[in-house]
Amino acid sequence: MAIVFLSAMLQPLTGGVSQVRVAGRTIRTIINNLEERFPGIKDRLLQDGDLRPDVAVAIDGETALDGVAEPVGEDSEVHFIPPISGG
Amino acid sequence: MPKIHVQTRINGEDIDFLCESRQSLLEVLRDDLGLTGTKEGCSNGNCGACSVLLDGVLVDSCLVLAVETAGREVSTIEGLATPAQLHPLQQKFLEHAALQCGICTPGFIMAAKALLTNNPKPTEHQVRYWLAGNLCRCTGYDKIVRAVLDAAAVMEKA
Amino acid sequence: MAEATAEYKVIGTRPIRPDGADKVTGRAVYGGDMRLTGMLHGKVLRSPHAHARIKSINTAKAEAVPGVKAVITVKDFPVAEDRMANLGEMAVNVKLLSNNVIAADKVLYKGHAVAAVAATSPHIAEEALGLIEVEYEVLPPVLHVLDAMKDEAPLLHESMTTTELGQKTDKHSNIANHLRFVLGDPAQGFRDADVVIEREFDTATVHQGYIEPHNATALWNEDGHLYIWTSTQGAFVVQRQAAEILGLPVSQVSVTPCEIGGGFGGKISVYLEPMAAVLSRKAGRPVKIIMSRIEEFEATGPTPASHIKVKMGAKKDGSIVAAEASLMYEAGAFPGSPVGAGCMCIFSPYAIPNMQVDGYDVVVNKPKTAAYRAPGATNAAFASETVVDELAEKLGMDPLELRRLNGAKEGDRRVDGPTFPRIGYLETVHAALEHEHYATPLTGPNRGRGVASGFWFNVGFQSSVVINVNADGTVSLVEGSTDIGGTRASIAMQAAETLGVPYEDVRPTVVGTDGIGFTDVTGGSRTTFATGYAAHEAALDVLRQMKERLARRWDGEMEKEFEGQAERATVRITPDDVTYADGAFKCAKDAGKSMAFKEVAAQMARMGGPITGRATSQPRGIGGAYATHIVDVEVDPDTGKVTILRYTAVQDVGRAVHPSYVEGQIQGGVVQGIGWALNEEFVYSDSGNMVNSSFLDYRMPTTLDLPMIDTVLVEVPNPGHPYGVRGVGEVPIVPPVAALANAIYNATGKRMTHAPMSPGYVLSKLLE
Repeated sequence: MAIVFLSAMLQPLTGGVSQVRVAGRTIRTIINNLEERFPGIKDRLLQDGDLRPDVAVAIDGETALDGVAEPVGEDSEVHFIPPISGG
Repeated sequence: MPKIHVQTRINGEDIDFLCESRQSLLEVLRDDLGLTGTKEGCSNGNCGACSVLLDGVLVDSCLVLAVETAGREVSTIEGLATPAQLHPLQQKFLEHAALQCGICTPGFIMAAKALLTNNPKPTEHQVRYWLAGNLCRCTGYDKIVRAVLDAAAVMEKA
Repeated sequence: MAEATAEYKVIGTRPIRPDGADKVTGRAVYGGDMRLTGMLHGKVLRSPHAHARIKSINTAKAEAVPGVKAVITVKDFPVAEDRMANLGEMAVNVKLLSNNVIAADKVLYKGHAVAAVAATSPHIAEEALGLIEVEYEVLPPVLHVLDAMKDEAPLLHESMTTTELGQKTDKHSNIANHLRFVLGDPAQGFRDADVVIEREFDTATVHQGYIEPHNATALWNEDGHLYIWTSTQGAFVVQRQAAEILGLPVSQVSVTPCEIGGGFGGKISVYLEPMAAVLSRKAGRPVKIIMSRIEEFEATGPTPASHIKVKMGAKKDGSIVAAEASLMYEAGAFPGSPVGAGCMCIFSPYAIPNMQVDGYDVVVNKPKTAAYRAPGATNAAFASETVVDELAEKLGMDPLELRRLNGAKEGDRRVDGPTFPRIGYLETVHAALEHEHYATPLTGPNRGRGVASGFWFNVGFQSSVVINVNADGTVSLVEGSTDIGGTRASIAMQAAETLGVPYEDVRPTVVGTDGIGFTDVTGGSRTTFATGYAAHEAALDVLRQMKERLARRWDGEMEKEFEGQAERATVRITPDDVTYADGAFKCAKDAGKSMAFKEVAAQMARMGGPITGRATSQPRGIGGAYATHIVDVEVDPDTGKVTILRYTAVQDVGRAVHPSYVEGQIQGGVVQGIGWALNEEFVYSDSGNMVNSSFLDYRMPTTLDLPMIDTVLVEVPNPGHPYGVRGVGEVPIVPPVAALANAIYNATGKRMTHAPMSPGYVLSKLLE
């Protein structure tokens, strides 16, 4: 199962839990499973079924490109971070 | 505003045009004569992007009124290359990658041309001093100075 | 000057850029050079107040001026919707973007656009501006981040509430967002530390300072199609933003990117394009608008002023065990400063087990900030790299040695969570430690040496490339990345390398939204990386198609040779049997069959028709970039003026496709950082008026302020790119401010906690 890291900003919803193993082969499934354990977290991450514009996902250090459809490996690390752009 | 008929010489050719007294040489070159090689960066004499030669003297064309060119000689970037080849300054700027966005380049080349006419063998410091009126934001000036010194060497030999 | 490496024929050489002759002769067409038949000149009326309500606008007198063909206000624009849209580099709020282009009910900074005029001459347009009557109710302005954060501060946006650690709250405030990142247990980490340094820093608003002002030429045709010509870092961003603001389908907007005179992040969001478009529709003619230099300073997108607190703790052995930072960034009139990126970069050169970083995005009555080369990171590095320097001093360690001991490597964790992929930070530290500059003692009074490091993510994003094969074996490469610094060359070089043809045989052109698939901005250190990637893939597509054609032809020939024989079945030729090397295709099953690239090109019409390779890229495997800089200075004790004696910039560049342009990116970024460090700042009056809005008093470096800038290109190839390319353009601006602060300290014994370290400030510190 993937390891999902819950940032300081999400921890108010998880009661301080900062890391949790979650089943799911896509980000969508993982977020749905997270919601079951930590109600309210889905609204912080999704808008109209896809990632909120101010949320990006990094899987094993790489920014995911396919939004909620992004596949997640068996032992992947998943982080929700702000999106980066440049100048 | 009534227009004034100005007769002048630009890049060796007799040119005449109509302009308002309030128009700068920069504006007339770019908007009325189609000579857009001379660039506008600030229009108040602080960046040198509009550098041209007026009777061989380096000036910011944004600070020259178009009517002031009557009976005089203007040299712009368009007059530098020949049909056969680029001027050594232009060639060296390319070889040294002394331009990135290129907007300051015509101004720098005209300023460098004026420098080398006055002082064919400048030191690095003299090059930097002379070109301090031309701003570049892309290159950090390193390659520009090298290009000018290299062009000076080539032009000396010629 | 060409020196191909043993590995590559084209990559690593220094050819002349394809647009070179056009640029040195002045022939290249920049946005300001645009001329169309019947074109009118536009000018924008801007607010004289930093904060005010608009009570009324009367344009009647302006409309009556002979030569004026259109006057517009916000009423001529569609009502902007309050929603997020993906309009290019990142998601933006449409209402906020539109309200910045033209003010709705409030003006939020001096220079905020309120109306515009199109006339037959720029002088007439300017005269007409003076006749537009605007009634304002002036409000008190908020001009500093710390003042804006106070509970009693006047509010810029009455409906804005703070998003606190990800949660929307009811608190009305100028603080748009409070972010927090935590790793490990900072409180415990600080308890374990033997040495703790805590400092506060201030930085001023700084501008990208591109020499070419913003411009836009628009023609809104009678058939409803909108054509835009503009100097932009991204034609597709302009297309999407303009379509959104004007309520048009994207297909009705065609954007042609002109050559661009510098951007650095400041020419991504639209300012003039929607104005020119609406003027054009009203006047029925093309309209061109160019900003004056004052408008550039007052009404575009500078980078945030900031207040930053940093606390770092280390053990006696030099290991940094805890770090904390609080970054307060001015977003300008609308939320969206790069404080998030600043938070994620600030400690990223180091592997620190316990960290907490808080970021605050705060609105003030200044122009809305925009990206400026590694946005958010330079402010942060000024603070953190100064504290690292002080830690080294207290520990009695060489500052580069302290960095080497704690340097981040692959697998270490960033404060926002993810681990680093293959990165080259330690390589830059080693190279700096070993450099002759560092080994050369600095002698003389009032002289000092400083070092600093920096990190920037770089981005990947999307690019499209098409390669058309010409009958003479040369190719035309079509791409959508505007060429601000030599990328036509670096992209063509990658295609040439893959195709196995000379660089001169690849002709690159940059086209607009009608000519190529979606391509993200030239910026974010992405162009040589991502568009080069697409060029490489498009070249592979060309080779693939040629192999298919040859397989068909050679298979046909085999048909003839082996007619009627049993062996025929065993000698079918498929594309897998065709190899390509050194410009020639060979048949693996028959040594006698081969054809040169040029020959295949010549025979295209008889081998299946035109060959067009295409690819789009959205690469992963973006390598982050690191830099370590060394600077020697001399400080004049009577004036506080800082002279730079020597500067060496070491950077991990992945693989330098065209070394001259990589060096150029580093030198340019360093010099912008030097200006940021020593002189550049927006000076404001109490009423919110920028008082130094010209190049005379907004003092950028000149040739006379600098020595040569030495660059050291460390190549740790990026495994995520076929040629090992890493983005290089942004990270060079990150270390200089801190490096200079540390050098000034070394020379004077005074710690700099304010940027710019202009002569007046330095002198005040010397006299303390």
